[in-house]
Parts: sequence; C-alpha cells; structure tokens
Amino acid sequence: MKAKHQRMMLVIIALVAIVAAGLIAAWALRSQANYFYLPEQMSAEPPAVGQAVRLGGMVQVGSIETQADGVSVKFIVTGNEQSTIPVRYSGILPDLFVEGSGVVAEGSLGSDGVFEATNLLAKHDENYVPRELEGLEGHKGSDGYSETVAGLK
Amino acid sequence: MRLLRSNGAFRIGSYDFALLLNSLMPVIQVGETNVHIYANPKRFLSLAKWLMPLLFWSGLLLTAGAIAWGIFVVPEDRLMGETVRILFIHVPAAWLGMGGWTGLAISSGTLLIWKHPLSGIAARAIAVPGMVFCAICLATGSIWGRPTWGTWWEWDGRLTSMLVLLFLYGGYIALAQATAREGGSYKIAAIFGLVGAINVPIINRSVVWWNSLHQPPSLTAGKSAIDPVFLWPLLTSVLGFSLLFGGIVLMRMRALIAEAQVEARLRRRALDDDTAMENT
Repeated sequence: MKAKHQRMMLVIIALVAIVAAGLIAAWALRSQANYFYLPEQMSAEPPAVGQAVRLGGMVQVGSIETQADGVSVKFIVTGNEQSTIPVRYSGILPDLFVEGSGVVAEGSLGSDGVFEATNLLAKHDENYVPRELEGLEGHKGSDGYSETVAGLK
Repeated sequence: MRLLRSNGAFRIGSYDFALLLNSLMPVIQVGETNVHIYANPKRFLSLAKWLMPLLFWSGLLLTAGAIAWGIFVVPEDRLMGETVRILFIHVPAAWLGMGGWTGLAISSGTLLIWKHPLSGIAARAIAVPGMVFCAICLATGSIWGRPTWGTWWEWDGRLTSMLVLLFLYGGYIALAQATAREGGSYKIAAIFGLVGAINVPIINRSVVWWNSLHQPPSLTAGKSAIDPVFLWPLLTSVLGFSLLFGGIVLMRMRALIAEAQVEARLRRRALDDDTAMENT
C-alpha cells in the first residue's frame, strides 16, 4: 500500500469521525440551542415564574388588544398545536409585528399564566412576495406555522 | 497501481476494508490522472492567465448588473418594503462565505493526501476572500435585521454559527501565514481547514434543527418561497459574485506562486553569493 493511500484513509477516517462528533454535539444541543420556546413547549414544561426566557410563535389573528393606557398591548401566541399563551407588552412595537405573523417575545412567565414581555422581535418568514401580488392565489405567504417556525413537527 | 493485499491490516470485525478500498481504486486512479494534468504549476499558470480576467470581469459585470436590477427595478416586498434589496448582496455573500470554506477544506484534504503544493496555495488563496464575504454577510444581515426584526444582533443558531465561521477564517489565515513564514509544517493549517468544515453543515441546518430568529431556507430542492421577481436578480447576483470570487482566488493563487518563486530565487542567489565569497 502506498503512503498516499494510507494518508487518504487517514483523512477519510478523520473526516468521518469529525462529522460524527459534530453531529452528535449538535444533536445534544437540540433543545438547549433553541432560540425560543414554542407555546406548547412552554405549556408542557413551564419555566419558573420570573425566569428570563423567550417565547416564539405566531400572533393569533384578531387577538391584539390595545390596553386603556394606549402603549400596552395584549395578544395571544400560538404554536404548531392548539396550545396558546397570552402575552402582555408595553412599548414600541416592531414594524413587522402584525396578526398572523411570527413573533419572538423576551420576558418571563407571570404567576397568572400571562407572559410578561420586556422586548418584542418580529420574525420574518421565508416568503418573499412583492406588494402588488399580496393576497393573490399562490402568493398567500406561508401555509402555516410549520413552515415558519422551524424544527418542530 | 498495486492492489491492497488482504493481509488483515484493514480487518474490522468480520469485514475486510481492503476489499472496499480495492473496489474504489479505479475511481481514485481516474481522479488522479485528471487532476494531475492541472496540478502542474506551469500548466496551471498558463490556464489561470486567461481564465482569471475572464472570470473577474464577467463576474464584476454580472454583479453590478444584478445589484442595479435589485435596487432600481425590483418592487418592494409586502412586509419588508425597501429592505428586501439587501437580499441581493446578503445571500451571495453567505453562499460564498460557506462555499469558500468548503473549497478550503477540499483543498486542505487534497494537500494532505497528494501533498501537491498547488492545493495548499489554493486553500490560502480562498481564505481571505472567503472571510471578506463572510463579514459582508454578517454586516448586511445585521443592517437588515434592525428594521425587520427590531434588533442588530441576536445569539440565535444561524447568526452564531456564521460568526464562528468568521473566526475560523481568521484562525486559518493566521495559522497558514505563520506556518508559511516561520517554516512550520503545512499540515497544521490543512488539518485546521478540514476540522473547521464541520461548521458548514451546522450553519446550513441551524435554522431547521433549532428554533431560530432567522427564517428557514427559502430555496430548497426544486422549491422556492421567493417570488420570481426577486428570484431572478438573486440568482444572477449569486452567479456574478461566484465568478468574481473565482477570479479573485485565481489572482491570489498567481500572486502566491509568484511570491514563492521570488523567495526561491532570492534564496538561491544568497547561496551563490556565499559560495562565491568562500571561493575568493
């Protein structure tokens, strides 16, 4: 066997080992490296009251209520399944914060089950549609949460 | 080429891997004969001499056209408005940042196996433009994220793994330069290039494996969530940037080869001077 082929073997074996190690590490991080929790994850394993977490999902259509003080809003975040979490937030809303679109709320779960958000981030989905085609057949945007909220089925 | 003997050296369990390697030999041999034609530095230089300006100027022209198309012709996005135009720089930059490391890793692998100096030169030539495009991707993404998400930076899976790629490029460049200058083994940088390749599939899959702020892939095998009105200038831009990248890499490879030749000549002359001094 030539030295060249020994080196080739070594490189191939090393690559396989590195890829396997990387994938195992990524797999182990699966739940830890999530940027946010979905409503069903938060309902199943509620974080401690006051613990800083992020909640992500879709803003339920028709759920945004502006409160009497004019700067606070209440809305409902939905996930893949039917579970929902109500969110309260007061402050400036991002431009892309609209009903039926993705949102990430930073804050903590209150003792009354309402998520108290200290910061809101709008989440853009993978669809790019020009304004004049909006609402036309085939340009409906995302079909549902599974398309825009990745990683969970 | 002699086939491997089944002497048990590659036996794992009841399976002899020498059999598998022997069956792969014809493929490896064909690859070698084809590759070695271009691995000749002289032949490479004559090829690069006309290929480099071709790639560079056609790439520059296509890129400029695609960006002008993206800025002046393309309509606004239904949600993002004008900020959608960043797409035509951000996506090609991301593609080249990741593609660059893929090329760097392949060059590093062939350098370790065939020990051909051109592979090492290719890896070093890719590293700097790869890092530049990676930085462009992060910067444009940040500028886009502020109006769209409401934040310049968030530690989500995609953003973090892309930042790691930038640091990997920095590490590779420092390592390759130090070993080239101080005369260390070329293997160190090559191994680093191979090991760093694990980050590329992680970047690619980060938005699928984990809940992330960054949106999932818009272009998947045969499916596009991007309207054709954005998709065509985007594909043109990706092609243009890629050609430009190829031109820059060839330019840098020629420069690195020229540098090595100058150094070799200077060393030879210094040696001649020494012997001449001794003779007098």
